[in-house]
Amino acid sequence: MHGYANPARFLKIARPATGWLLGIGALLVLVGVYGGLAVTPPDYLQGDTVRILYIHVPSAWLGMAGWASIAAASISQIVWRHPLASVAGRALAPVGATFAALCLATGSIWGRPTWGTWWEWDGRLTSMLILFFLYLGYIALASAERERGGDGRMAALFGLVGAINLPIIHYSVLWWRTLHQGQSISVSGGSSIAPELLWPLPLTMVGFTAIFAAVTLMRMRAELARTKLEARLRRSAAE
Amino acid sequence: MNQWAFVIAAYALVGVAMAGLVGMSFLAMRGAEAKAEAAKRR
Repeated sequence: MHGYANPARFLKIARPATGWLLGIGALLVLVGVYGGLAVTPPDYLQGDTVRILYIHVPSAWLGMAGWASIAAASISQIVWRHPLASVAGRALAPVGATFAALCLATGSIWGRPTWGTWWEWDGRLTSMLILFFLYLGYIALASAERERGGDGRMAALFGLVGAINLPIIHYSVLWWRTLHQGQSISVSGGSSIAPELLWPLPLTMVGFTAIFAAVTLMRMRAELARTKLEARLRRSAAE
Repeated sequence: MNQWAFVIAAYALVGVAMAGLVGMSFLAMRGAEAKAEAAKRR
């Protein structure tokens, strides 16, 4: 990882990776969405609203994975003072916040015809809403710190403390058995979803993850270019 | 209640959000890299 501490070395990999990730991601999402909307049958209980699953589950996964990545970048920033860690944290936050917001919105749209309500103060929904607010706090703190010329350590600490919410979101359906259903898919226990309904989900999961990575790389590249320009302007002003 | 109206609303929302996120990030990256390159040549 420290091999990529040099921004030039990082950019050498990030430039071609951005296009590839975006292309592969878009292709997988298109196939998954086509499958989810046009090929899979309606669920025997939920009917056609089950199709929202193919965009809701990846949004939830990326909302949480975004913060887990911020926490990893925070550790890298605090422990090793990795020069790209704060750049990565600032790039990740708006992308993760978008997916957390999409998770809440698509869940709410699914909830109205299925549960009969747009919103319920259920453990899973509330902890996800808290994650969205944590993202907003992180974005505000990180940009304020950057404007003051700070090294991003306060935002890194916030990123690390906020990670406490991730296991709360994950286990909320077990701790508080309210409205949100329990886990349907697990790494060890397989899936309770019928295979003819399940197959587009891995496609949209991987596809949205690739798009998430591509957008994060774009934002990191933009920030590195801005930093380079600022340094050049400072040097020419000093001469 | 027409279930497809909810499905279409959810997919449209995600589509618009994705287009906005990718488009804005791409334009910001292209703009910043072009400015940095122009300053380097000056």
